Amino acid sequence: MNIIEVKNLTKRFGDFVAVDNISFTVEKGEVFAFLGPNGAGKTTSIRMMTTLLAPSEGEIILNGINPQKDQAAARKSFGIVFQDPSVGEELTAYENMEFHGVLYKVPKEVRRKRIEELLKIVELWDRKNHLVKTFSGGMRRRLEIARGLLHHPKILFLDEPTLGLDPQTRNHIWSYIMNLNNVEQITIFFTTHYMGEAQDIASKVVIIDRGKIVATGTPSELMKKTSADSLEKAFLALTGATIREEEASPVDHLRMGRKMYHR
Amino acid sequence: MTLSVIYILWLRQIKRYFRSKARIVGSLGQPLLFLLAFGFGFGPIFQKAGQGNYIQFLTPGIIAMSILFTAVFSGIEIIWDRQFGFLKETLVAPVSRLEIMLGRTLGGATVATLQGVIVFVLSLFVGFHIYSLIALPFAFIFMFFMALLFTALGTAIASVLKDMQGFQLIMNFLIMPIFFLSGALFPLDGLPKVIEVIVRCNPLSYGIDALRAALSGVAHFGLLNDSIFLFVGVVVLLFAGSFLFSKIEA
Ligand SMILES: Nc1ncnc2c1ncn2[C@@H]1O[C@H](COP(=O)(O)OP(=O)(O)OP(=O)(O)O)[C@@H](O)[C@H]1O
Ligand SMILES: [Mg+2]
Repeated sequence: MNIIEVKNLTKRFGDFVAVDNISFTVEKGEVFAFLGPNGAGKTTSIRMMTTLLAPSEGEIILNGINPQKDQAAARKSFGIVFQDPSVGEELTAYENMEFHGVLYKVPKEVRRKRIEELLKIVELWDRKNHLVKTFSGGMRRRLEIARGLLHHPKILFLDEPTLGLDPQTRNHIWSYIMNLNNVEQITIFFTTHYMGEAQDIASKVVIIDRGKIVATGTPSELMKKTSADSLEKAFLALTGATIREEEASPVDHLRMGRKMYHR
Repeated sequence: MTLSVIYILWLRQIKRYFRSKARIVGSLGQPLLFLLAFGFGFGPIFQKAGQGNYIQFLTPGIIAMSILFTAVFSGIEIIWDRQFGFLKETLVAPVSRLEIMLGRTLGGATVATLQGVIVFVLSLFVGFHIYSLIALPFAFIFMFFMALLFTALGTAIASVLKDMQGFQLIMNFLIMPIFFLSGALFPLDGLPKVIEVIVRCNPLSYGIDALRAALSGVAHFGLLNDSIFLFVGVVVLLFAGSFLFSKIEA
């Protein structure tokens, strides 16, 4: 059964085509990697799937629901960890979690239990009563991931979840997510620039470049197709080795700022 | 409509207010300055013109001023939430835009009312006298309605503006005129026709008039008119704010 169906999806910003007529499907329970160079259109696609942006053309079906027509029902089906910062600065780590739990109507008992479990996993339990504005970039990121995992939706969107995190934390987080995927059949839709991550955990990969899909398959299929011995090499073979120069929008500057911060 | 959702959004606004002590103190400076400088500066002239004690007249206007600024600002904070990304977190959650708008607006209005109450208490030290204890609770109710109205206005503005660049424009061409052309500083008798018309279209005029009735026992439009216009203003702006907020894309 397909839990996500995207048909001929297009997004234009003025004359610029950010997402150009893409189509793909994701099966229930799949771990789906959506890969592509900077500016390929990954985040824009996710924003359309998560009701934050209206498509210029095309159709999206999430869990049988059209997020354009029935936003409320669609929002009940997914959870998301954004690429850009999204925590409340003047709230504590715990309050951010609590806020999310209440918005997603996670029952109090479950909420308390999970908040503790998750904050321990991302090693913020000791800092739970500190204001987020005193956190480092990596700590904020860990909090955002913990928050995203607090309710258990049908589909979990993760937009570069592990950006700027140390390898220990990355491992912990991915094993927690894979466990969720196994036990609760939660579909994982993620983007990353660490090709190793995608190679290890993705059951399906779609590669997008300049708004268009250039390849689809399992990691091993893509490696075979390009006679590469790693997904990273396959990725480079499929998208070329040149660096993407793009006219950065203010949003991109913000993102760049965040990336620099994490170096 | 889920109360726990509205409550947590309300709570966040309150926490944000109490956690920025600098802002609380900073935003008391202006009303205090106005009260002292205008109150004592124009007091003698006001008295000579046979209008009575100016502090007595001015205080409700200054309370309303601090409510106006705090409320509009609370509404406009949505722009910051958008820039710092926190707004997305609420917009993708399975809650209606109306709930988000109501929670935030009630929170902002509570904060603005508190600010008004603080200015009221300060004014007692400057020489303001309430005319009746029984009417005092009504003063707080009118403060809250004003706060609600202008927080909703701030929300409506923030839903239309993309960033803080338009803020100066809004301040100078909307908020300042609302304050100065409201009867906060001067009595409304015998005004030139144009000013009179503007004053009558301004919801703040009715808020101040009602507040003056409750605190000092004098009203220009009459308490019934004030209440009606204030109430209608609140309803209209809550609808406008909710509508515009529901159109936000993050
Ligand atoms: N609001 C916007 N207005 C104009 N252009 C935009 C807007 N949002 C995104 N774009 C452009 O659309 C393109 C795709 O952006 P998007 O954020 O989807 O890329 P991405 O694949 O997520 O890249 P990254 O790996 O850097 O996160 C970029 O060229 C970007 O500048
Ligand atoms: Mg992106």
